[in-house]
Amino acid sequence: MLHAVLSAATEAAEENMSPVVPELYDIIGSLICFVIILVFFWRYALPRVQKLLDERAEAIEGNIAKADEAQRKAEAALEEYTAQLADARVEAGRIRETARDDGKKIVAEAKEQATGEAARITATAQAQIEAERQAALVSLRSDVGTLAIDLASGVIGESLADDRKAQSVVDRFLEDLEASEQAAAGGKK
Amino acid sequence: MFVDARAELHAPKQEIALLANALNLLVPMSTDDGGFHGPSIEEFFPGALLFGGTPFEINRITLVRIVAVVALLLVFWLGTRRMTVVPGRFQSLVEMGLDLVRVNIADDLLGKKDGKRFLPILTTMFFMILFMNLTGVIPFLNIAGTSVIGVPLVLAIVAYVAFIYAGVKKNPVNFFKNSLFPSGVPWPVYIIVTPIEIISTFIIRPITLTLRLMMNMIVGHLLLVLFFAATQFFVIQLGGWYTLLGVGSLAFGLVFTLFEILVAVLQAYVFALLTAVYIQLAVAEEH
Repeated sequence: MLHAVLSAATEAAEENMSPVVPELYDIIGSLICFVIILVFFWRYALPRVQKLLDERAEAIEGNIAKADEAQRKAEAALEEYTAQLADARVEAGRIRETARDDGKKIVAEAKEQATGEAARITATAQAQIEAERQAALVSLRSDVGTLAIDLASGVIGESLADDRKAQSVVDRFLEDLEASEQAAAGGKK
Repeated sequence: MFVDARAELHAPKQEIALLANALNLLVPMSTDDGGFHGPSIEEFFPGALLFGGTPFEINRITLVRIVAVVALLLVFWLGTRRMTVVPGRFQSLVEMGLDLVRVNIADDLLGKKDGKRFLPILTTMFFMILFMNLTGVIPFLNIAGTSVIGVPLVLAIVAYVAFIYAGVKKNPVNFFKNSLFPSGVPWPVYIIVTPIEIISTFIIRPITLTLRLMMNMIVGHLLLVLFFAATQFFVIQLGGWYTLLGVGSLAFGLVFTLFEILVAVLQAYVFALLTAVYIQLAVAEEH
């Protein structure tokens, strides 16, 4: 076994078969491979990747900025909305107040008007009553006169149809009556 | 720092032991009966296909490397050709790969500024190693482009130059002082520490980088070849009840193929990570 190893080793040495002894072509070939890949990565691939990473970072930052902007806008809108709401509330209050005032005024006016109307109606009614009373008085006077004369004629059996005479009698009677009434009224007083 | 140095001193020993094991594995096989062709170290010394003997010789390994480079360029060209802010599936995948190096290696260890400076080198290292490692498990390629010393050595030298450049550029005095005369040590100890630091920092680092990667790939390849060659031997050449053994070896072969994928990613990651660590140590103010 040892002999075999030794013989293999010496054989390898004789033919320069040691794996740790580099051949010139081997080194040159490897160097060429390395340089090609290095240049490729250095000049082509890695700058592109770097650019992409920058772009990506930028995009992310851009999105964040955009989100911030949107947030800011939303906040502004909310503020504005709130302000408008407050304004609207104040406005509504004002309108309500005005409406209440207007209502009071209208009610007062209506009351005043109604009072006036009532007074007017009362006045008219009183005037009418007075007129009717006057008319009744006049009519009563003539009716009572006629009635009394008829009665008297019946009693005395004499026609008192003579108007002039009758008239004077009635007038006298009535004057007496009024005088007695007044006396009664004065007595009452 | 001491622990670091010791670990680095031990690392090549382990890897040489690994190689010795691999040789032990394959040598008796090749001296067995003529029916079985096990894997041999010769697979890493393929004959020239084109331009033999010139510095531009092309053989199986170089061809595999070219395929890996073309695949890498194609994937990342397609992945970064039309990049959109909202990535599609393929772009996400490519970005995920690039992010692994950018975030987990460069930015984490070196910080944003230095991470960006060394990102092209780290990215190149990671993906070049990854793609060339993966050729080891891809059918018809079947050998890792990193299993011959050229690529690991070139990349280790790049790492070496990169961390020395980073240190010297930042502050030469500080760099060499930190590297050779670590603070917090009484001065007589420097008699021992400084030579160890010289060896560990300026000699061992590139060697460990190279050997770790290359040996992993060599051993991985030998293992896979061994399992599949054994399967072929058991099933076709012996047949009969030996077919059962063949099924076993095939299963092992498949398991180790998956394992090799893991190793491929891991080794690429480790290589890039260690390079970043070396650069970080070089630019650190004090450690």
